[in-house]
Amino acid sequence: MNHEHYYHSTDLPRFSEIGQGAPELWDKFRAWYGAVFAEGALSAREKALIALAVAHAVQCPYCIDAYVTAALEQGSNEEQMTEAVHVAAAIRGGSSLVHGVQMRNHLERLGM
Amino acid sequence: MAVLPTLQKQRHPLASGEAQRRRLAGIALSHSFEEALDTAGLYPLRATGIEVLQVNLGKKCNQTCHHCHVDAGPDRTETMPTEILDTCLRVLAASDIPTLDVTGGAPELHPGFRRIIEEGARLGRHLIDRCNLTVTRLPNYRYVPSFLADHGVEVVASLPYFQARQTDAQRGEGVFEESIAALREFNALGYGRAGSGLILDLVTNPVGAFLPPAQAAAERDWRRELERRHGIVFNRLYTITNMPISRFLEHLDAKGQTEAYVSRLAQAFNPDAAARVMCRSTLSVGWDGTLYDCDFNQMLDLPLAGKRRHIRDFDRPELDGRTIALGPHCFGCTAGAGSSCGGAVV
Repeated sequence: MNHEHYYHSTDLPRFSEIGQGAPELWDKFRAWYGAVFAEGALSAREKALIALAVAHAVQCPYCIDAYVTAALEQGSNEEQMTEAVHVAAAIRGGSSLVHGVQMRNHLERLGM
Repeated sequence: MAVLPTLQKQRHPLASGEAQRRRLAGIALSHSFEEALDTAGLYPLRATGIEVLQVNLGKKCNQTCHHCHVDAGPDRTETMPTEILDTCLRVLAASDIPTLDVTGGAPELHPGFRRIIEEGARLGRHLIDRCNLTVTRLPNYRYVPSFLADHGVEVVASLPYFQARQTDAQRGEGVFEESIAALREFNALGYGRAGSGLILDLVTNPVGAFLPPAQAAAERDWRRELERRHGIVFNRLYTITNMPISRFLEHLDAKGQTEAYVSRLAQAFNPDAAARVMCRSTLSVGWDGTLYDCDFNQMLDLPLAGKRRHIRDFDRPELDGRTIALGPHCFGCTAGAGSSCGGAVV
């Protein structure tokens, strides 16, 4: 086993091995996961783009690889995928910045 | 328009069909195509008849697309001799095969192109021309759109995306602009317009190593965007999976993606798609008259199961129920919604 890096793209197809420790939970996860990504009130394409954005927000390398492929296979193009990543980045950046209000609240409490 | 040397011109090892088959056979998959078919109750796969006679007029083309399964290009010289073209027409005339599908290379570059279309029309068969669009912009081939319209030929035209960057990345710099000009000309003749009776279908192959999108959803996008951006209309969009052979196989190898891509195709095996693969109802004729189950087998030099047969030995009862020759590349036609010359099959 290669320990040079923590993540390996070849590990993604091994995802199902996690089911060996708790098969029933894995089966429930798979069924739920499949239902989540099925066509519904949102299209499968929209869901793949949301997943791609979330993958970047949580910085999961496996999810990024998987949902770049999924987004392409759902018919999204590079421009749409890049905008989705910007949405994730904007929420992450905005989330830091909006906590500036907490900073200001505490400054007010400490100041004169 | 940018044109690259073909694999054959480069003397690339994958120029040979046998080398491609060896490369594909060396990929470790969780199950073979034959095993997948067996699980679906479809092995051995048998033909159900001949609905389409697909004649490959040769490998010469004015483009060198990165995904081309033919390794076609301007430097290819293989072209169907007149006597074999005549034999194809004789077979068609003596049979009730309803559709004549003409492909290549760019079939319009063949000196007998006019004749095969004219004869096919005279025989009252449904005619399909697999057109790369840009060939109709060449000085000696400007006649093609109106000629096709005059003979009621269905045009199946390649356009991988409704934007230039993706189209040119697959088909060559400048191809998109020329393709749009050609589509405008087809539209002006009535192609793609309701009530004209002139059918213009578009074909999209993914611009990369992934499966095509859902055909109906993609067709809605193409229709909206081509109309909005370019005022172009068409009848249907066909999504076709990139076959991991020839130039696309070379591309996958260069990117280190071959194993992952072929595994992806195998994992996405769909029994419903397998039951409807086009080889069951198509007979493919190579430029030299050799018969194949499909154009992909033709390029892999994988003749009909059993023995190599020629169009001059056409034997309808024997061919109708023949066993289809298979290989790992067949996963390309059974992945997801399936893939055929007529797009998705489920």
